[in-house]
Amino acid sequence: MKSILTVFLKEVRENLRDRRTVLNTLLTGPLMAPLMFVLIINAVISRELDKAEKPLPVPVIGAEHAPNLIEALKQQGAQIKDAPADPERAVREQDADLVLKIPASYAEAWRKGEPAQVELIFDQSQRDASGSVARLRGMLESYGQRTATMRVVARGLSPTLMKPVVVASRDQSTAQARGGMMFAMLPYFFILGAFIGGMALAIDTTAGERERQSLEPLFANPVPRSQILLGKLGATTSFAFTTLVLSILAFSVAALFLPTGKLGMSLQIGPRFALLTLIVMLPLVFLLASLQTLAAAFAKSYREAQTYLSLLMFVPIIPTLMMSLFPFKTQTWMYAVPLVGQQVTITRLMRGDPVAMSEIALCFVATAAVAILAYLVTARVYRSERLAISA
Amino acid sequence: MIELKDLHKAFGQVKAVDGVSFIARDGEITGLLGPNGAGKTTTLRMLYTLMKPDSGQVLVDGIDAAVDPAAVRRRLGVLPDARGLYKRLTSRENIDYFGRLHGMDEAAIAERREALIKALEMADIADRRTEGFSQGQRVKTAIARALIHDPKNCILDEPTNGLDVMATRAMRDFLRHLRDEGRCVLFSSHIMQEVGALCDRIVVIARGRVVADASPEALRAQAGTHNLEDAFVKVIGSAEGLAA
Repeated sequence: MKSILTVFLKEVRENLRDRRTVLNTLLTGPLMAPLMFVLIINAVISRELDKAEKPLPVPVIGAEHAPNLIEALKQQGAQIKDAPADPERAVREQDADLVLKIPASYAEAWRKGEPAQVELIFDQSQRDASGSVARLRGMLESYGQRTATMRVVARGLSPTLMKPVVVASRDQSTAQARGGMMFAMLPYFFILGAFIGGMALAIDTTAGERERQSLEPLFANPVPRSQILLGKLGATTSFAFTTLVLSILAFSVAALFLPTGKLGMSLQIGPRFALLTLIVMLPLVFLLASLQTLAAAFAKSYREAQTYLSLLMFVPIIPTLMMSLFPFKTQTWMYAVPLVGQQVTITRLMRGDPVAMSEIALCFVATAAVAILAYLVTARVYRSERLAISA
Repeated sequence: MIELKDLHKAFGQVKAVDGVSFIARDGEITGLLGPNGAGKTTTLRMLYTLMKPDSGQVLVDGIDAAVDPAAVRRRLGVLPDARGLYKRLTSRENIDYFGRLHGMDEAAIAERREALIKALEMADIADRRTEGFSQGQRVKTAIARALIHDPKNCILDEPTNGLDVMATRAMRDFLRHLRDEGRCVLFSSHIMQEVGALCDRIVVIARGRVVADASPEALRAQAGTHNLEDAFVKVIGSAEGLAA
């Protein structure tokens, strides 16, 4: 036990003297992800808000065929512009979000009371333009509605005849849930932060020691290798955990500056969130430290270890991608899967959805079990003869 | 006392150590001489339990390394071939770390550490971080670290490797000093002159086997020559991989 502490303290002291490692743990790890996140979210939110309020530029071909329609569009905030020479190409090459084309037959059909066709040229695959397309479509439809109502009234009928069915939307998502959807990436950033925070130590304490040729003298001491490993894992875990704590703090502060209120969202980031997140993350941090050390133990050099760990870094993003591509209904078994359990727990906590204590416990115990397994495998590799022999 | 009995170790097809037996006694310096690649380092690694022999037995003060490797390591002070230091720690901190790993209390560590720093004449570098140390300064720190627990048996793999003349002379004096304290000193070298100048007993290894095990005088008599270096070449069969 004392040996574990000795190794732990030595690794902590040595790594605290390495400026790059300290920067990674205390600054880059905790801050980079939240910063990136805030920037992206801010850009998305303000773009959405901008679009809804700003006048919508609408290039029109054949505006002269429908002066009334054009007037109505202008009243609804459209900014009528001359159309490019080749509208299809302009849309394909994203020079214009959309182009409205009014054929010469429009006026004729209108006069006869037949459906008058206008063409809306756009590119469905261009997600950026979809907001503009929806807005123009809405303007056109409301103009059509209005005209239809006037015609029906002119013939002495009630306009309600035109609406045999009325749909009233009752959105059941809470404000927190809408916020949570945007923040589905958040758990990944926490996990990534912990990963970055522990990475330097995992490499330094195994591949680094080997490269510096200090592992062989270390193993000549009368301390079981499993205890040496535990000390090293302890140091790696505490650096990673420090990063995580700072990460959560940074997020809590950053969340204050997000214009989530404007979108009708609110996030439940408070002491309860922080505490429960730390609890479910603790075994995961140990698991990651074990896996990082395991990968580093197979590397012959510091550089090789870095390569392995950069690849390993992509593993935690898999459940995040799965969850955002296929928004599963949360089921109990998910808490029992490391990474997925943390993802689900953190997302639900943030959205203000209930998470039972039994589910938190399941997540903790299941991840801890896998972490112990990973430790045992790493300890096995640590016992191998090959490990100590440098180059 | 260190006893090796018929050690064997193969890496794939290569028989690195192929039946090595010898005894290193307390109060004597035993030199393990052999060309590069003769199996010296592998033999020593099995001795300090870093590697498991394929067959054979290692006894340190009568304790079987296969039965209680931790007890064996406690009785050994080892300067391995790899002597990397922690470069963000000072000499003293490097030494203390190993003392703590041996389970010594802080007072005992401090006392023994200062004695070693004095004996190795390294007071001037003791509080410097080891990054940028010269080869000699590194070896001194590594030796102090290896001997912090006052071991009865000292194993040094090529201790003078990379040292300049003055440092080599100081190292030899230090090894004699260890012997005069009654310790069992076992070191390996591929330098004939060094082994000749220091050893009470010489074990010559070539191609994984012991080809001679005698005092310097007996070795000269055995080879029928007055020159020890000629005797070495004669028992090994070639001077390749050795240094004068």
